[in-house]
Amino acid sequence: MSKALDPILKISNLQTHFFTKAGVLKAVDGVSFEIGAGEIVGLVGESGSGKSITGFSIIGLVDAPGKIVGGDISFKGQNLNQLSNEQMQHYRGNRIAMIFQDPMMTLNPVLRIETQMIEAIQAHDDSIAHEDARIRARDALGLVGISSADERLRAYPHQFSGGMRQRVSIAIAMLNRPDLIIADEPTTALDVTIQGQVISEMQKLCQETKTALLWITHDLAVVSGIADRICVMYAGRVVEQGSIESTILNPMHPYTRGLMGSVPSQNQRGKPLQQIDGMVPSMLNLPNGCAFQNRCRRVNDTCLTKQPDIMHLADGRQVRCINLPEEYKV
Amino acid sequence: MKPILKVENLSKDFVKPLDLVAKALNKLGQNYREEIVHAVDDVSFSIFKGEIVGVVGESGCGKSTLGRMIAGILPPTSGHLKFELDESKTSKIPPALLTQMIFQDPFSSLNPRKRVIDIITEAPIYHKLIDQAEKQTYAEDMLQRVGLDPDTLQRYPHQFSGGQRQRVGIARALAVSPDFLVCDESIAALDVSIQAQIINLFVDLKDKFDLTYLFISHDIGVVEHIADRVIVMYLGRIVETAPIQDFLKNPNHPYTNALLAGVPRLEIGKRKYEPIKGEIPSPLDPPPGCHFHPRCRFAEERCRVEKPILIEIAPAHFSACHLNDRA
Repeated sequence: MSKALDPILKISNLQTHFFTKAGVLKAVDGVSFEIGAGEIVGLVGESGSGKSITGFSIIGLVDAPGKIVGGDISFKGQNLNQLSNEQMQHYRGNRIAMIFQDPMMTLNPVLRIETQMIEAIQAHDDSIAHEDARIRARDALGLVGISSADERLRAYPHQFSGGMRQRVSIAIAMLNRPDLIIADEPTTALDVTIQGQVISEMQKLCQETKTALLWITHDLAVVSGIADRICVMYAGRVVEQGSIESTILNPMHPYTRGLMGSVPSQNQRGKPLQQIDGMVPSMLNLPNGCAFQNRCRRVNDTCLTKQPDIMHLADGRQVRCINLPEEYKV
Repeated sequence: MKPILKVENLSKDFVKPLDLVAKALNKLGQNYREEIVHAVDDVSFSIFKGEIVGVVGESGCGKSTLGRMIAGILPPTSGHLKFELDESKTSKIPPALLTQMIFQDPFSSLNPRKRVIDIITEAPIYHKLIDQAEKQTYAEDMLQRVGLDPDTLQRYPHQFSGGQRQRVGIARALAVSPDFLVCDESIAALDVSIQAQIINLFVDLKDKFDLTYLFISHDIGVVEHIADRVIVMYLGRIVETAPIQDFLKNPNHPYTNALLAGVPRLEIGKRKYEPIKGEIPSPLDPPPGCHFHPRCRFAEERCRVEKPILIEIAPAHFSACHLNDRA
């Protein structure tokens, strides 16, 4: 289904490694996926799975000791990986925007919202007059559901509540009408009722403006309600990706299954939750073979030695597991 | 059944005293008042032996303050806490020890400079529940109870992962053989797959050691799974409390409905969120009458002036909403 659309972003075999004193940490190791215009893709994983680093790699925010050591990030046909920092400025915050988890960290506490928003507009187009930029900023605040936007422009970040602050950062991300927004755990720090507000706001905006959205989260339940497709990451690799329907209804990879099973609402009350035993292996010392071997119930001898390749299933899904039931192999 | 804990009209106020300038200005005829937050406002309920009672609500609703008062960490401003504990036990163990708390952040709740063996045995040795000679075997036993390898006794907290550290925190609480555990967002900082392990551990321990839990969480999905009864709080007050089945089937209070509607569920298909409008008001200056009225779709004149009280609308199902009087 997504193949019909021309992908806006196509990542192939992305490798981002961190060269630490303790050794090379392969935070992202061979990640490939694509996003079409107006599509919402959920990137799901636990802490340390490399989901945020994938996001940072796309927008070019990986700092030393981290480095993108391989792969292509093709954005509308342009390989972002080969651009210099100056060339990248044209894309960052302009064609590609990012929303972070903690809006208090992304907004400058000593500048008015107005100053920060106008700066974001003029940084990418200095022909815009201050007054016009201000009108655009005001309209952007209105779009994300902030009332009396004209007065709120004069406020400082600390005068907003957490949910409002996140709306402001969404408004800033939307300012230059980007083609792609990367949202890194945008609702994790928010309360349930506020989370609902922010999600519904984002859904509406993406639909209206045909903006593609990469939603990075640890929360499968949030993603299942908004995304078109889902990528599940484990230890730096995408272990399963596919349409939201097929992946949620019939997860293939043992890790995806375990993750879904451990969501309380998937379980009967009073029965123990299905759990994934053990814990994520150290990224500095990954085992040979499949990274999930020590927690997997389907593990066999081949898993211990051979890194599983991507299997393409009939329904367009990709799964990194050599132990799929026979009938699913293509 | 006998309640293990009775909470009666419990309140906690936090007062920000006037600074020197404000005091001086008051002397000159200005009228600066102390800022008071009613973190917990006249709360009453009972918890029965062997129950898991979930407390849900959004940030600032007073659920953690309530938990801390019950655990004995914070003194209440007014009201009473009555524990009805087993006398055979209270004769051996100081009653204050029988309520223990498990915290949210497994990184800051363990002393980084102590070994696990000392973290676990400090309280039982101090209170003379065990003597020095038993230390090793006692700590090994505790670690096994929470599913950790006894070989890790000599390690420091930083040598464990988040989930394992939370297990150490649980072992420390269990070391004084409590009857009652207050879990304050105890699984919120853990990854999804580890959360399931810890929830299962809580349920196992409850059956094995006859525990009673007050389980505080913002995650309604988790509370739905393990709690027998749910208390919903909003801005310091209980707005609804009900047995879990009733709570899920017939939520009564508009705020409970809004909370339940906002919970992301693992379902496919584009979900339409129809969130309630507005923000949680500042607890410094809560709205008069029903605290929820500015965000409530059904609010009427009475809600703006009169504080609703908890009324039993079904067996053991209480709700504080004026709309129930309309019928």
